[in-house]
Amino acid sequence: MAKRIEASNVSSYYGNFKAIDSVSMVVEPKTITALIGPSGCGKSTFLRSINRMHEVLPNARIEGSLTIDEQNIYDPDVDVTAVRRLIGMVFQRPNPFPTMSIYENVVAGLKLNGVKKKSLLDDAAEQSLKSANLWNEVKDRLSRPGAGLSGGQQQRLCIARTIAVEPQVVLMDEPCSALDPISTLAIEDLMFKLKDRFTIIIVTHNMQQAARVSDKTGFFSIDKTGDPGRLIEYDDTQKIFSNPTEKKTEDYITGRFG
Amino acid sequence: MGDNPSRSENATAGDLGMTGRHPQGAGTGVSPRSYEEPPFGGGGALPKKTRFGMEAGFRGLSVAAGAMVLVIIVAIAVFLISKAVPAINADTENFLTYKSWFPNETEPKFGIAVLAFGTVLTSIIALLVAVPIALGIALFLSHYAPKRLATPLGFVIDLLAAVPSVVFGLWGRDVFMEPVRNFSAWLNEYFSWIPIFGGDGPFGRSVLLGSLVLAIMVLPIVTSLSREVFMQTPGMNEEAALALGATKWEMVRTAVLPYGKPGVIAAVMLGLGRALGETIALALTLGVVFNISFNIIENGGNSIAANIANSFGEANETGRGALIASGLVLFAITLVVNMAARAIIYRRREFRDSAA
Repeated sequence: MAKRIEASNVSSYYGNFKAIDSVSMVVEPKTITALIGPSGCGKSTFLRSINRMHEVLPNARIEGSLTIDEQNIYDPDVDVTAVRRLIGMVFQRPNPFPTMSIYENVVAGLKLNGVKKKSLLDDAAEQSLKSANLWNEVKDRLSRPGAGLSGGQQQRLCIARTIAVEPQVVLMDEPCSALDPISTLAIEDLMFKLKDRFTIIIVTHNMQQAARVSDKTGFFSIDKTGDPGRLIEYDDTQKIFSNPTEKKTEDYITGRFG
Repeated sequence: MGDNPSRSENATAGDLGMTGRHPQGAGTGVSPRSYEEPPFGGGGALPKKTRFGMEAGFRGLSVAAGAMVLVIIVAIAVFLISKAVPAINADTENFLTYKSWFPNETEPKFGIAVLAFGTVLTSIIALLVAVPIALGIALFLSHYAPKRLATPLGFVIDLLAAVPSVVFGLWGRDVFMEPVRNFSAWLNEYFSWIPIFGGDGPFGRSVLLGSLVLAIMVLPIVTSLSREVFMQTPGMNEEAALALGATKWEMVRTAVLPYGKPGVIAAVMLGLGRALGETIALALTLGVVFNISFNIIENGGNSIAANIANSFGEANETGRGALIASGLVLFAITLVVNMAARAIIYRRREFRDSAA
């Protein structure tokens, strides 16, 4: 199921502004990769470049190459919606569709892909909610509005919605930054569980979280405001947090910078 | 005991030491303006609440404004009913079902059926034509057009709303009638097997012409309100849809349209309100014929408001009462439409409220 992502010399632009400069990294299947770094260093931009959500913004473009199992994500012939189905995304703030029930939210992606059979949708909804550790909390109120859940439940609902379309890779953009510690823990547990099936890339500001959940960690940084963000160091999480090669990484993780 | 005075004794002593309107309490800092006045967070006795001031004044004003709405509505209702009831009593035919309008005779005969039918028919056709186009324009302006184009185009749409209805009426009668007549003849030639396009003519001053003019008048209201609600769709919901692999149109269907639905319903109801009440444009374009017919291309059609405009001048006492009675029916139709719209919005309120 899970696939390998390879980025080489990826630079992303907003108009004339270069947000990230020449990022190269390889993300192996069924691993969790954390991207850390100070605000504005381009972690989220890089993440959004991976599923082509970057180009949704006006005048945004990228240079370099991004491949998923050797296929170029940015090939002009590739259907961008297919890329996004293959590479799902969970956002910083929980964003269930406000007009839809819990059930409708979970199956929204499937319906977009033309699945109409009720039994299939029901199965997928139950499976996804179970995978997202939310089934027991909502199984009796699937027809209630998704936006009526608590923040942590909403975020797990969004994760269920994302994994319902069976992507290969799941991108998470600071998924816990709007949540309390208990909900955060619930989502971290969930990530361990999902690792068996998906490749996960997570952007986080919480270094303990990166240390707890990830196999590999990439540290992004900028020299000063207005400069493009760069990938300073990318290695096994254990190495980054115990014995980083770069001075900058060490300064950041020990709290002397950023 | 005497050596250790209690706290309350101390407090009493402190109170006695203070005089004046702004007693300086314990723990006050240095006032930035003078030592006479206490600082903003100053201690001392709690100030008395102001009895008559701006608060009470504005409260009174807003209550009066609210009450005025009720007074005006009651006054209008009393006026309408007091004029209408005698006329309806004088009617020698059934007011609700009789299909003609002779209230000025010595034996008044008039019925609302034709007028009410014409009003509803023209409005419905106008909305059927206008709403899909308006939603299309609104979506184009809010989600498809580049900003450089969307802003001036939105301005032009708003300008269309500012054109007086009498201008639309004159234009409809003198300019627009010709193409509509030709179109009607064409429809009649090829689609006369559909009853609404049947008949032998003459064509032109028909329900179709009136409805199309109405549609043009309703279009800007529905467009600009719908555009507003579409633009308020939370960006994060649009992104959620796109990230699930939605195309742009699927994103609009998943995130934008459901979110904007209550607003669109409200916009359509406002448009319908305008269409139902429209007077002069229909008085100028409809054929003023008293019969109930679903044929929309033959000369004919009438509406409550147009009939009032056309026949108020030559009406006598009973005639005016009869027209006011027809106005009351129009009021009732509008009320029912509005309540239906509210009911639709209310049914999904749980989803809307939690969206905020």
